This record gives sequence, C-alpha cells and structure tokens, in this order.
Amino acid sequence: MTTDDRSMESALAGLRVAAPASLAPNVLADVGLADRYARFDSPIGPLVVAWNGLGVSAVEVADDDTTFEANHLARTGRPARPFERVPDRLAAAIARRLDGDRRVRIDLDLRGHTDFERDVWRKALEIPRGEVRPYGWVAAEIGRPKAVRAVGTALGHNPVPLIVPCHRVVRSDGTIGQYSLGGPDNKRTILEAEGLDLPEMERLAASGVRFIGSDTTKIFCLPTCRHARRVTDRHRLELHSVADGQARGYRACLVCRPASAAMAA
Amino acid sequence: MDTDESLIAALADDLDASFEALVLAHQDRLYSIALRMLGDPRDADEAAQDALVRAYRALAGYDAARIRELRLRPWLATIVLNLCRSRLSRRPPIAKAALSLDLALPGELEPRVDEARGPAAVATRRAAARDWADLLLTLPPAYRSAVVLRHVDGLSYPELAIALARPEGTVKAQVHRGLALLRTAFEAAQRHEREEMTA
Repeated sequence: MTTDDRSMESALAGLRVAAPASLAPNVLADVGLADRYARFDSPIGPLVVAWNGLGVSAVEVADDDTTFEANHLARTGRPARPFERVPDRLAAAIARRLDGDRRVRIDLDLRGHTDFERDVWRKALEIPRGEVRPYGWVAAEIGRPKAVRAVGTALGHNPVPLIVPCHRVVRSDGTIGQYSLGGPDNKRTILEAEGLDLPEMERLAASGVRFIGSDTTKIFCLPTCRHARRVTDRHRLELHSVADGQARGYRACLVCRPASAAMAA
Repeated sequence: MDTDESLIAALADDLDASFEALVLAHQDRLYSIALRMLGDPRDADEAAQDALVRAYRALAGYDAARIRELRLRPWLATIVLNLCRSRLSRRPPIAKAALSLDLALPGELEPRVDEARGPAAVATRRAAARDWADLLLTLPPAYRSAVVLRHVDGLSYPELAIALARPEGTVKAQVHRGLALLRTAFEAAQRHEREEMTA
C-alpha cells in the first residue's frame, strides 16, 4: 500500500490551524497599539494601572471597567483590555518606586504628549521621596520660569501619577495645591505616607518662611530638602527670601537649588 | 491576493490604523507555519507573536514606497521561518528520531468527506493530523520548511522562491525531495504498524 501525492498533500493542507485567541491581543499590546490594565492597591486605595510593550501608560483611581476603557480610549486612542493582575516585574518596580527607590527603571508610554509636559514630568521625577518643590521651582528648572501655571496644568495632566511623583510639587506659598489622582486629600495622604511633616511645612509657609539655613555650613535650602532637615534647631535659621540669605552671606544648596523656587515669576 | 493588496495600501497609508488587520489576516498561517516547524504549541505561539512584532517594527521603519513593494505573504513567512530556525538551533540536539520506525501510523489519508462528522471520524482525523505533524517534524529543517510553506501554508512556487531566497527550481526540488522523504517515513511507519499487528 502506498500513498499518492494528492492524499498526502491534502493531509498536509489539513495541518493548518487557528492561532490561539491570545495571539493577536498580545502582539497589539507588545507593539503599543493596545493596552492592558489591572488593579493594584496603593496608600490611597485601589488604583488601575495600564501598560503596553512600550511602558506604563496610565495610573488612575479605580473605576468600573467600562468607564475606564471608554476614558482610556478617548484619551489615548487605544483600546484597553483587562488583565488578571499587574505583571510581577512591573508590580515590584512600582512598589520600589513608591518606596522611594528612584533608580528602579519603569518604562513609560507618553506618546501624544508635548515636549513641555515631558520636561515637567521628567523634572518631577528628580524630586526625592519625602520632599516637595514649588511649581515655580519646576518651571525655573526646565528653563521656563514664567510658565508656572502651565507647569501646574502639565502636572494635572500627568497620566502616570505616583510613578511620576507630581504629588511632590506644591504651591510656593506652602499650601498643598491640586492633585489629579482623586483630589488634594489623596495628595496629603501620599505625602504623609512618604514621611513629610505636613503641619510643620504649613506652619513655616504661613509665617512666610521660604528657606532654611544652617549657620555652620552657611548654606540655605528649601524647607523639605534632606539637608535642611538635618540641621539641628540650634544652628537652624529661618529665611524669608533668597536676598535674606545672601545678605547674611549664605549660599544656595546645590541639591535642592532653592534659588529656582525664587526665580519663577 | 486582493485583500493583501488593499492591506498593503492601508499599511503604507497608516501603519498604526491598519496593523491589526494584518495581524488578523496572517496570524493563523504564521502560527501554523511555526507549529509545523517547531512542533510545540507554546514555542509556536511565541515565534508567531515575535514575527508579527518584528514585522510591525520593520514596517515602522519603512517609507510608504518600500511598503508598497512588499510581498506580504512571503515576507511574513521569511520572518517567522527565521525565528523558527533560530529556535531550532538553540534546542539541545534530540536523539535522532528522524525516519525511525517507532512512529505511529497516520490514520486516514482520504480527503475529508462531509458525512464523516461522527465523533469517531473526528477523533481519527485528529489522530491523523497529529501523526502527519509528527512525520513532518522528522524531516531535516530545510525540507521541512519547503514542504510546510508549499503544502501547509499554500504558498505558490514564485512566493516560495521569495520566502526562501532561492531560485524557483531549487525550491521546487526541495519540496519534491521533502515529500519523498515524508512518503518514506509514512510507509516505514505503516510497515511498523503492520508488523506489530501480526506479531
């Protein structure tokens, strides 16, 4: 018994199969044409994180799936599909970042945003955990000292709050300012969870104190700079302006660059 | 062919808006090629995914004129085949099962008939497909890829020549040689089964 070519060829043609249902969604997510999302817990309650092969694309207060998907599509032009959970590596990276480890790399998908917005967010990433900077400081640091209001708007549009810590940018009068991730109360909660002494910050602001100097180093800092917090009460000097510090022969801290906060319009 | 032509035009016009259509149109064939080259469904899934991701990245780097010149079917086949080859070369060498006699017998050779839809017939066909798939895996990769592209995927010889970057005459010879090897393997398996039955 032999097998003829025709039957063999038809047997081979029968070896065509359908791709697994997950293949197309995986490819589209990998190349960044569709996103996945899952819920995770944070100090301010359950949040949704969305991501694709290019990076994290959104962090939001958890809504119902339909609302989130519709909003995400409207904002990014991409469909989002639910995933059972945040992938381990991404979850660990986010946890480390929230813990204050700025070295951990988290790729972000910030397509569709302006260079100005990216500059603002990149600058916010430099602010260490447990510290805050005024909006004007960010504006001056990115070379746009007059764009304080635009900085506030850009921070409000930050699609990946917590990962890009826009909560660490506050008003120059020391009050806490707005927060996109569920409002100012959440901003307080997060900053306190990060170890910031909010009542002290607000007390200084209310009494017009903008900088803290040390009479041993003759250096002045923004109040929440880690170098300012190290100064003991005996050597601590409260300053109201840069000129105030300079008149006493103090120079600005090279880490928190307090003059940037004063430079802004 | 016509759908590929309109797809090519759409890809050249707006890659991001039309890439999903490419995925949906070609995922089954790319997965089938990978599965018949590699044998393992998970490997095949990964290779097919990887191929489509690479295709997207390549297309993103091409200008519209270059995209319009593409022959989508053979081009995608080349990408997935290269990925299969590198996966095969990374595998630890397996004991040469190639053309050995301990292969099961393909159950049914006749073209599918419509009335044969009972559970037994379906089971037989499934077993047959599995057996032919196993036989295919015994072919040396060069012949296997020629046979898979021609007879599983259904590429024409001109397309096959593009996909394998060989003259048409060479790929025809590879397909024929591959089929001959496959027939030998099949007959050996049959003989083996007969011997077992009479033993």
